[in-house]
Amino acid sequence: MTVKQISVFLENKPGRLAEFTDVLSENNINMRAMSLAEASDFGIARVIVDDVYNAVTVLKDNDYIVSITKVLAVEMPDEPGALSRVIKVLGDSDVNVEYMYAFTARKKDCAYMIIRVADNKKAIEVLQQNGIRPVCQDELVEL
Amino acid sequence: MERYYQPEIECASREQIREWQSERLVKQVQNVWDNVPFYKKKMQEQGLEPGDIKSVDDLHKLPFVTKDDLRDCYPYGLLARPLSECVRIQSTSGTTGRRVVAFYTQHDIDLWEDCCARAIVAAGGTNEDVCHVSYGYGLFTGGPGLNGGSHKVGCLTLPMSSGNTERQIQFMTDLGSTILCCTPSYAAYLAESIHEKGVRDQIKLKAGIFGAEAWTEEMRHDIEEKLGIKAYDIYGLTEISGPGVSFECSAQSGMHVNEDHFIAEVINPKTGEVLPDGEKGELVFTSITKEAFPLIRYRTRDICILSREKCACGRTHVKMTKPLGRSDDMLIVKGVNVFPSQIETVLMNKGYPANYQIIVDRVNNSDTIEVQVEMTSEMFSDSLSAVSAKEKELVDALKAMLGIYAKVKLVNPKAITRSEGKAVRVIDKRNLYQQ
Ligand SMILES: [Zn+2]
Repeated sequence: MTVKQISVFLENKPGRLAEFTDVLSENNINMRAMSLAEASDFGIARVIVDDVYNAVTVLKDNDYIVSITKVLAVEMPDEPGALSRVIKVLGDSDVNVEYMYAFTARKKDCAYMIIRVADNKKAIEVLQQNGIRPVCQDELVEL
Repeated sequence: MERYYQPEIECASREQIREWQSERLVKQVQNVWDNVPFYKKKMQEQGLEPGDIKSVDDLHKLPFVTKDDLRDCYPYGLLARPLSECVRIQSTSGTTGRRVVAFYTQHDIDLWEDCCARAIVAAGGTNEDVCHVSYGYGLFTGGPGLNGGSHKVGCLTLPMSSGNTERQIQFMTDLGSTILCCTPSYAAYLAESIHEKGVRDQIKLKAGIFGAEAWTEEMRHDIEEKLGIKAYDIYGLTEISGPGVSFECSAQSGMHVNEDHFIAEVINPKTGEVLPDGEKGELVFTSITKEAFPLIRYRTRDICILSREKCACGRTHVKMTKPLGRSDDMLIVKGVNVFPSQIETVLMNKGYPANYQIIVDRVNNSDTIEVQVEMTSEMFSDSLSAVSAKEKELVDALKAMLGIYAKVKLVNPKAITRSEGKAVRVIDKRNLYQQ
C-alpha cells in the first residue's frame, strides 16, 4: 500500500535542478510528482516515477546520490476539505507527517497526495479505518 | 605498576635532564664544528662559534638543518666520524629525490636500542615476553630498532619482518607471541585475519607497539578490541635514529621524547621562531649523543604539540602529540595553523570519503575556509533535517579539531576535480605570497 519515492541529492549550484530534470527527460522518464526541499547549501529533490528501477539506474549512471523511501500516495475526492480530512485523521492518531506534496493524475475528479510519515503501517491502518485508500506501486501507472 | 627500562633516566628531575642536555649539546656543537665542514660553514654564516653555545638556552641561535640539506650532503657530507668507526647504515623510504642515508657507530646503535627497550618496557615488556617484530627488516629502521630493543629487554625475539600473514599467525599461536611490533595498518590487517581464521582464542598477545605511519584513535580502539591488547604508539625517524625517538607510556596520551638523547623544539614553520609548550608547530630535533650522524636542529616537517605536564606514569621526559600534519602543506587561516591532514582525519572518523577540497578565501579582509566533501549514499536520505544534522555534526567535529569554524559544503560524487588522477586538496584564493 505504499509507493517508492526517489530522493536525489542536489548540490547548491546554479543549473543543478535543470541538469537533473534533463537527465530524466533525456531518458524518457516521466516524473509524476516532484517536490524540492532546500537547506542553505544543498537540496533534496523527491520524485515519483512509474519505472523506479529504470530511473534509479539512469541516475546512478549519471553520478547522482539516490535514496529510495516508501511513502503513501493517498487518493481523495477533488473537492474542498478533502486534504484537511486526511491530515486530521492522521493527526488524531498521532501519525506525524514529515512532508507532503501533490501528485498529478490523469484520472478525473480525484486528487492525490504523496505523504511521508515515520510509521507507514500505522498510517495505512488509520486511513483505511476512515475509508481513505492509499494507492500501491502497481496502480500508480494507471492513475 | 609502571615499570621502566632505565628509571634513573626516564624519571630524572627536570633540572637533571636540562643539565644533561646542556652538557651534551655543548659537546655536540664542538664536535660538529670540528668534524663536519657543513656545520662549521653554517655556523660561521650566522657569526656563531662553538663558545656561543653554553647551554640549551642558546640552542635557538643555531641554524636549522632541513631534509634538502641532507640530500645535498648525500652520502657522506654530514658524517662526523671516520667510516672505519661506522658499523651500519639505515635509509629512508623516501620516494622523491635522493634517499637519505644515516650512519651509526656501535655506540649509536646501543643508544638507539636502549630507546626502543624503554618503549617495550613501557608497553609492559619483560624477559618473560615473546616479542613478535613484524616491521620490515633491512634499510628501514623499524625492524632492526625494535629487534635490538627487544634483545636488550631480554624478550624472546621473533624477527618476523613484514608480510606472509599466514606464517605470522602460525608463529603467533605456536610460540605464544605476547607483544606485537608493526605498523598500525598491518596490526589492523592481522587482527582481521586472526578473526577470519577463528584463532582469536589461541592468541596470547597483551600489547602492541605500532608506529611509522599515521593512525587514529578509532583505529587504536578497533585494534585493541579485536586483539584484546593495549596498543602503544611509537615515533621516530631515520635521520634522528629510528623508532624510539619517543614512545607512549601507560597513560596513552602522548609520547615521551627520550630527552637525554634528543632535544625537542616546536617552531613556527613560517618564521622559525621557537614556540612555547602547548602550541602547535613543526617539531625540530637535535641529537646530542649521536656520534656518526649528529643532526643539529633538524626540521622534521611533522607538526605536533609538546607538553611538560606531569605524567601519571612517573616519567619526566617531555611528551609530544602524534604528528597532527606536515608543515609542508600548512595553511594559516584567521591566524590559526590548519593542516589538510587534520581535516582528513575528521572526515575519516566520520565515515566520509577522504576525497575533499579545502577552499580558503578572503572576504572583506577576513579569512574563510570551506571544506567540500563528496556526498555518499550512506550519508544521504530523503530527510532534509537528517542530512543537515550530519552536516552539522561534521562542522562541529571540524571546529573541535581546527579551533575555527569551517564551512562544510556537500557536493556531488566526482565533483571534486582531479588532475592527473591526484586530487588538488587545497585551493588558496588569497594569493598571499604572490606580491
Ligand atoms: Zn607517561
